[in-house]
Amino acid sequence: MREKLVLIGNGMAGVRTLEEVLKLDPEMYDITVFGEEPYGNYNRIMLSPVLAGEKSIEDIILNEKQWYADNGITLHVNKQVTQIDRYHRKVVADDGTEAHYDRLIIATGSSPFILPIPGADLDGVVGFRDVDDVDQMLETAKQYNKAVVIGAGLLGLEAADGLLKQGMDVTVVHLLDTLMEQQLDSTAGAMLKASLEARGMKFLMRHQTEALLGEGRVQGIRFANGQTVPTDLVVMAVGIRPNISLAQTAGIYCERGIVVSDTLTTYDPRIFAVGECVQHRGATYGLVAPLFEQAKVCANHLCQLGYGRYEGSVVSTKLKVSGIDLFSAGEFIETDGDETLVMQDPAEGIYKKLVIRNNRVKGAVMYGDTLDGSWYFQLLREETDISSFRSTILFGQHSVGDAGHSGGSKMVNLADDAEVCGCNGICKGDIVKAIQDKGLFTLDEVKAHTKAGASCGSCSGLVEQILVSTVGSDFDATPSKKAMCGCTDFSHDEVMEAIRKGALKDMATLFRYLNWSTPDGCASCRPALNYYLLSSWPEEYEDDAQSRLINERVHGNIQKDGTYSVVPRMFGGLCTANDLRAIADVSDKYDVPQMKVTGGQRIDLFGVKKEQLPAMWKDLNDAGFISGHAYSKGLRTVKTCAGETWCRFGTQNSIDLGVKLEHFTWGSWMPHKFKIAVSGCPRNCAEATIKDFGVVCIDSGYELHVGGNGGIKVRVTDLLCKVTTEEEVEEYCGAFTQFYREDAHYLERTANWIERVGMKRIKEHVVDNETGRKALNERFKVSQSVAQIDPWKERADGAESHEFNPLKIAG
Amino acid sequence: MSDWIAIAKLDDIPLRGSRQLKTDTVDIAIFRTGSDEVFAIRDQCPHLGGPLSQGMVHGNTVTCPLHNWKIDLESGQVKAPDEGCVNRYPVKVEQGVVYLGPLESHDA
Ligand SMILES: Cc1cc2nc3c(=O)[nH]c(=O)nc-3n(C[C@H](O)[C@H](O)[C@H](O)COP(=O)(O)OP(=O)(O)OC[C@H]3O[C@@H](n4cnc5c(N)ncnc54)[C@H](O)[C@@H]3O)c2cc1C
Ligand code: HEM
Ligand code: SF4
Ligand code: SF4
Ligand code: FES
Repeated sequence: MREKLVLIGNGMAGVRTLEEVLKLDPEMYDITVFGEEPYGNYNRIMLSPVLAGEKSIEDIILNEKQWYADNGITLHVNKQVTQIDRYHRKVVADDGTEAHYDRLIIATGSSPFILPIPGADLDGVVGFRDVDDVDQMLETAKQYNKAVVIGAGLLGLEAADGLLKQGMDVTVVHLLDTLMEQQLDSTAGAMLKASLEARGMKFLMRHQTEALLGEGRVQGIRFANGQTVPTDLVVMAVGIRPNISLAQTAGIYCERGIVVSDTLTTYDPRIFAVGECVQHRGATYGLVAPLFEQAKVCANHLCQLGYGRYEGSVVSTKLKVSGIDLFSAGEFIETDGDETLVMQDPAEGIYKKLVIRNNRVKGAVMYGDTLDGSWYFQLLREETDISSFRSTILFGQHSVGDAGHSGGSKMVNLADDAEVCGCNGICKGDIVKAIQDKGLFTLDEVKAHTKAGASCGSCSGLVEQILVSTVGSDFDATPSKKAMCGCTDFSHDEVMEAIRKGALKDMATLFRYLNWSTPDGCASCRPALNYYLLSSWPEEYEDDAQSRLINERVHGNIQKDGTYSVVPRMFGGLCTANDLRAIADVSDKYDVPQMKVTGGQRIDLFGVKKEQLPAMWKDLNDAGFISGHAYSKGLRTVKTCAGETWCRFGTQNSIDLGVKLEHFTWGSWMPHKFKIAVSGCPRNCAEATIKDFGVVCIDSGYELHVGGNGGIKVRVTDLLCKVTTEEEVEEYCGAFTQFYREDAHYLERTANWIERVGMKRIKEHVVDNETGRKALNERFKVSQSVAQIDPWKERADGAESHEFNPLKIAG
Repeated sequence: MSDWIAIAKLDDIPLRGSRQLKTDTVDIAIFRTGSDEVFAIRDQCPHLGGPLSQGMVHGNTVTCPLHNWKIDLESGQVKAPDEGCVNRYPVKVEQGVVYLGPLESHDA
C-alpha cells in the first residue's frame, strides 16, 4: 500500500513541493491537500496585476482542480486545518474532516501584520494577501474614492499602484523617509518616489499611524503628530507574519517561523515544512524563488533520495509596477572598506549602483534600466572576480562584448513575431506561448523548452524580461553554488576536489562515493567526469570512449548531414609542396566534396563518410600527417605570422617558435578547445591577442598574453608577463596550460575561467611562484608523455573499428 | 521476412555504446546499456535527423549528438521538454548473440 502524504496549505510552496514529488516518483504517495481558500493553487504574486486590472483571476490560476484529479490527489478546499494530532498521525479540519498521514508537509504561508491600533477591526481595513482582499479592494474602488496604504514596501507600493489604476485617490503612509528601504538606497528611493508622484500617488513620509477613525466603516486615519486624513479604505502593508500557530499548538518547535533543518524537516521527523511559514538557519523568506528551492529539496527527501540540501538563498527583488524598472539584490548599502560604483543619468532617469568588496559584487541597486540585473545577480552569486571588466561593468554585459540587448520594459511592447534569440530563431510569441502553455517559471525552464537563450546566452536578458512580464517575476533558483547537472547536487569544484582528495580513479567508484542519482550519469556530466579523472590521474585512469562525445570518439567533426570533416595537422601552418600533393591525392581518391583553408592555417576536407575515415587517415599518416584534433577539447592550432625570417618588421622567429609550441602542446586534453598564436611583432598579424595563449614578439623578447577569445563574445587577452628567451616561453606555456587543465571547469574556455577566478590568481601560480611554475610545467610534460599518441594512427591500425563499420543485413 | 535474424555478437557492441545497422530500407541503431539490455530504434533523430547511434548512452536513454534531444530507448519517446518519438524494432539476446525481429510486424 502507498504511504499517505498530507499537505496543509494549498499555496505556492506546498503545491510546488507536490509537483517535485510527482516528478521524482509519481507512484510513491497517496496525496491529500487541505486549503483554506476556495481555489486551486494560484500565482499569488500576480494579485498585484489583478488589482491593477491587467489580469483576471483565471489568468493566474496555476493548478486547476482538474490537475489534482489527474494526479490522483484528494483536494479539500475551503477547509482550515485546526489540529495536527501527532500521536495518531492525523490532521483535523474545521468541518471535522480528518486525514491520516505517514508524512506531513506544513506550508501555511504567512498573514499580513495588522497594526494593533484602535479601529483596526473596522470595515474597510484590509491586508493584501489573497483573492478575498483583492475582491474587497476592487469593490471599494467602485463605490468610494479615497484610499490610504500604510507601508511603502514592495507590497504597499504595488497595492497603491493598483488602487490608483482603479481610479482612487491614494495616499501612502510610511514610518521612515525612504521608500522600500529593505531594497533601495536613498537615491533610488527618491527617484522611485518622484516617478510615483508624477503618476498622482501621494506620500506622507515619517508618519506614524496612531488610530483608525470611524464607526462601522473606516472614515479617517490619525497620526502621532495629531494630523488626520479622511479615507474610505485602509490597506495594511507593514509586513507579514509566518502562520505558525497550528504547528505551535501541535508542539512543533517554532521561533519566528517553524524551525527546519537543511532537509526541510521540522523537529518531528515525519513532518516537513516549506514556504513563508518556515525559519531556516535563522532566516525567513518572503519571495518565491527561495521557496521553490526549498520545495525541490523537500521533495528529494520525501522521495527518500536523501542527498538534497537547502543551504539558504540570496534573493533579488523587482517591483511589478508597470513602466517602472527597479532591481535590487544583496548588500546594497556599503559598509566600511567597500567600494561603490555608481552611474546616474537624471535626464534618462537611470541609476545603477554596485557595492564591491575585494573585486566581487556584493550588492546591486538599479533604477530605470534593469536589463543587466540578472547578470549582476549572477556575478554576485558566483562571486566572480570582476577586475578585468570593472571599468565597463556599469555599462552592462553587452559592453563586455555581446549583442542582443535592448531596453527594459520595452519588451512588453515588442511584437509577437519579433526575433528574440538569434541563435535558434525564437520569437517573442513562441516564448510567451511556451510560458503560458507549459506553466514555466524559471529562466532555465524557458531555455529548456524553447531553446531561447540556451546557445550563446546573450539574449538571456530579453528572455528574462518576457518571463517577468508574463508571470510577474523571474523565479530563478538562487543557490549560491551551481550543481554540475541534474544527476547530482555537487558543483564542479566539489567534484574535482573529491576526485583528487578522495583518490577516486574510476567512474563507478565516483558515482558510488558521491551518490550520483543516475546509474551512469548523463550526456552532460559523463564527458566532464571523464575529463576530470583523466587530467587528475593521467597515468592511471583509462579513458572511457563511451563518455566522450561523438566528435572525440571518431576524431572528426560531425557535420549537420552526419558526415565528418578531416583536418590534418600542419605545425605552425607550415607545409611543403609534397604535403599539398598528398592532401590533393587523398582528396581525389576519396571524392572529397569540398576543401577549405581554415582560419587556423590548415586545410579542412569536408563531407567524408564515417566508413571512409580510417582508410583516409592511413593514407594521410603514410604521407607524414597526424590528426589536427580539429574536433577536440584540447589544442587546436598554433597560428603564426611571417616573422623575422621574411617580414621587414619581424623581431623574432615567430614561425619557428610556433612550430615548437605546437610540437610541445598537441594531443593534450583540456577543459575546452585551446588556440595558440605567435606574432613576430606588435602589428600582430597572427591575432595573438584573441587566443587562449598568445605570444607577441618584441625587440627585447616576448610578451605572453592569455585568455583571449574570438567567438560570440570577443575577449582580448590579459598580459601575463614578458620573458626574454624561447625556453621561458615554453615553460610559461606549459605551466599556464597545465594550470588551466587542473583548475578550470569542463567546457570553460580560458576566457571564462579567467573572468571567474581572476588574473591575480593566474599570476600567483604561473608568474610569481617559480617553483610552482616549474612543477606545473613538469606535470604538463608527464601528462603529454602519455597523451601524444596520434589517434589516426591507432585507428588506421584497427583500434575501435566498431565505430567505423556498420553492421549489415539485407532486409 | 518473418524470422529473427542474428545481427551481431553482444560483445561487438560496446557497453554503454551502440552500433549502426544498415539495411536496404532503413538504418537502425542497436544500443547496449550499462545494465546489458539491448534496444533497437531507427537511427534517425525526430528533431533534425541526427544519427542516434552516435549519441551517448546513459541509463535507458540516448542523447542525440547534434542538439542533445534525449530519447527513451524502451518506449522510443523523446523526453520532455522536447517532443516526438522514434520507431522501435524488436531485438533479443540469446547466448551472447543479438537477434533482430521481423521488421514489418512492428510499428515501423
Ligand atoms: C500581492 C503580493 C505580491 C507579491 N509579489 C511577489 C513578487 O513579485 N515576487 C516574489 O517572489 N514574491 C512575491 N510575493 C510573495 C509570494 O507570493 C509568497 O512568498 C508566496 O506566495 C509564499 O508561498 P507559501 O506557499 O509559503 O504561502 P501561500 O502562497 O500564502 O500559501 C499558503 C496557503 O496556505 C493556506 N493556509 C494557511 N493556513 C492553513 C490551514 N491551517 N489550513 C489550510 N490552509 C491553510 C493559505 O490560505 C494559503 O492559501 C507577493 C505576495 C503578495 C501577497
Ligand atoms: C562558440 C563558438 C564556436 C563554435 C561553436 C565553433 C565551432 C567550430 C567548428 C565546428 C569548427 C570545425 C569546422 C570543421 O572543420 O568541421 C571550427 C573550426 C574553427 N574555428 Fe570555430 N567555433 C567557435 C568559435 C570560434 C572562434 C571564436 C574562432 C576564432 C577566433 C574560431 C575559429 C575557428 C578556426 C580558425 C577553425 C579552424 C580550426 C582548425 O583549423 O582546426 N572559432 N569552429
Ligand atoms: S606580426 Fe609583425 S612580424 Fe608578423 S607578419 Fe605582421 S608585421 Fe610581420
Ligand atoms: S562560425 Fe563556426 S560554428 Fe558558426 S557556422 Fe561557421 S564553423 Fe559553424
Ligand atoms: S537532430 Fe537530434 S537533437 Fe537535433
